[in-house]
Amino acid sequence: MAEENPVSWFAAPPVFDLGLELPDWYRQLQETSWQTFLTLPEPARTDQNWRFSDLKKVRFSELQAARPAENAEALVQRAKTERVEDFAAHFVFANNRLIHSEINELPAGAICLPLNEALVECGDLVKNHFMKEEGSLGGSKFSALHAAATLSGLFIHFPQGATCKLPILTHHFASGDFNCVFPHMLVVAEGQAEVTVLETFETAAEDEQTFFFANTDLIANNGANLQYVALQDESDHGPKHIQLNSSRVGRDANIKSAFVNLGAAWVRQEAIARMMEEGSDCQVFSANLANGTQEYDQRTLQSHEAQHTTSDLLFKNALYDQARTIFAGLIEVQSGSHHTDSYQTCRNLLGSDQAEANAMPGLEIDADQVKCSHGSTSGQISDEEIFYLQARGIPAEQARQIISLGFLNESIARLKGEAVQSYLFDRVERKFKSLT
Amino acid sequence: MSQTLNIQNLHASVDGIEILKGLDLEVPKGEVHAIMGPNGSGKSTLSKVLAGHEDYEVTDGRVTMDGTDLMELEIDERSREGLFLAFQYPHEIPGVSNANFLRAALQARLPEGEEIDAVGFYKEMYAKMDALSMDRKFTGRAVNDGFSGGEKKRNEILQMMMLEPSYAILDETDSGLDIDALKIVAEGVNRMRSPERGFLVITHYQRLLDYIVPDVVHVLFDGRIIKTGDKELAHELEEKGYDWLTNELVAV
Repeated sequence: MAEENPVSWFAAPPVFDLGLELPDWYRQLQETSWQTFLTLPEPARTDQNWRFSDLKKVRFSELQAARPAENAEALVQRAKTERVEDFAAHFVFANNRLIHSEINELPAGAICLPLNEALVECGDLVKNHFMKEEGSLGGSKFSALHAAATLSGLFIHFPQGATCKLPILTHHFASGDFNCVFPHMLVVAEGQAEVTVLETFETAAEDEQTFFFANTDLIANNGANLQYVALQDESDHGPKHIQLNSSRVGRDANIKSAFVNLGAAWVRQEAIARMMEEGSDCQVFSANLANGTQEYDQRTLQSHEAQHTTSDLLFKNALYDQARTIFAGLIEVQSGSHHTDSYQTCRNLLGSDQAEANAMPGLEIDADQVKCSHGSTSGQISDEEIFYLQARGIPAEQARQIISLGFLNESIARLKGEAVQSYLFDRVERKFKSLT
Repeated sequence: MSQTLNIQNLHASVDGIEILKGLDLEVPKGEVHAIMGPNGSGKSTLSKVLAGHEDYEVTDGRVTMDGTDLMELEIDERSREGLFLAFQYPHEIPGVSNANFLRAALQARLPEGEEIDAVGFYKEMYAKMDALSMDRKFTGRAVNDGFSGGEKKRNEILQMMMLEPSYAILDETDSGLDIDALKIVAEGVNRMRSPERGFLVITHYQRLLDYIVPDVVHVLFDGRIIKTGDKELAHELEEKGYDWLTNELVAV
């Protein structure tokens, strides 16, 4: 096959004009980020961070700033029909534009605004936290692109003691070939605050070449509890999805984050969890169902930067057909971070001889009194398990499905909130039923 | 049509080694039959063969359930047809809740397009769990995952109670149970005894048969039934040991 044309990417930043007066610092940051984006090299497989990646899929030859979606009303209906029933607020974006918002109840003093509005209304607060993560697991070029282009997504700030049991929901739709969206999510939970955010990424139509460049930064300060869940349920063919996530956990605070992937042709997710102060705890979960020629590429870092910090990571992949997954996870216990407890597990369930699961767990420890474990396993459903279900009258094919669904559900079940769990479970089940 | 589970001249092998060597047995509906036998006599093989496990090859003989040829049916078809096997070592199914598992099993028995009534299902399940002194939290827990030995066996009996089979095979359900758990399990079984249902209780020990009193006791040795009697036979075996019968057999 002939080599594709060299990547042209964009001639100019793919920013659409919202007619907003944005703060100067933001305009400058966009400009600097754009220059950084142009300067940074493209991913190469010689880089350990891109090992095993199918780099053909990382070539973005024809990208364009998304025009408004045509079927906005239908998309709003779709988002409303399938959302978690009880929620604090719901925002729907299509091709970067806010097309629907509803606020039921937010605690006093909480800010929950689309990014472009937040820049105008509380620009300084946004500035303190916006795109501050300097570490990278390989995606810095995409991070720069995101910073140069994003004006969609949410800024959420929960002040000291603000709590909300119900989740804040967002939907991000992309539609139209070669259109790119830049969903941003910045959540700051101050002391003792409690917040859950559930994001859903979808495409408006089947098999369009759409692109998601999402960035998700989570900050939990003293004693805060923050839960973030991303469901990527885009069309199986066409869409490419990049999501860069950082979590900064403060003293006695906790962040739970989860990434569920069902759709998209290619996914790259990077998650950096930084336990910054004593008592920091972070839990990262993922459940992925890949079939056809889907490729899910996930890289994680659990960075322990203080004493008495804990983290746990559980990633589960169910693979069918010629699907591929890549998991590379590093636990890093930095100098002096004594009494760290850190765990990392990646499990793969292979539903086909041609599916390929790559796992690269890693551990670097520079402290004492540390408990760390990491491991990855790959296997198939055992015949004895199927026999057990069949002996209860369940046909073999369905038995396989139930067992696989349970396998993925093990990480979903670790999240808080039954409604969030069953929302994810139903979507995973729906995809299983579509596989025949 | 005969209302029995009928086994004639059953021969079965694993990995080319013959384990069942011409086994004959008939369990009519309404009766509880116990099969006792020393280790390696073929007790578990019999239960696996009846359930349809693919590692076991049936080389000769015939098994019918109410006249239906069991060997012609797939594993899941046998179950839906009314056969139940309570496993000696129930499998764990991580991530699948007990409630969802039972629902799937019941759903598989309904005609296509028909859905289980969720309210009625939970009501029935809770009632049956109460009867087995099972905590409600078990509905949400993954099937057998992290269950103790006794909890697993109780869960098997719960499944039996929910699926209401015509014939139930209990494969060493007493193994690993303390006396309290044994009584609860036996009570569950006794409540299920009915003229519409036959039981085949496989056990190594007579103790279980004090609580589930059998109508007929068979002794299995070297792949064949070598003696059949009433419940007194179980006591006799307990006293004299299996050697009493097997030596006799060798002497002949």
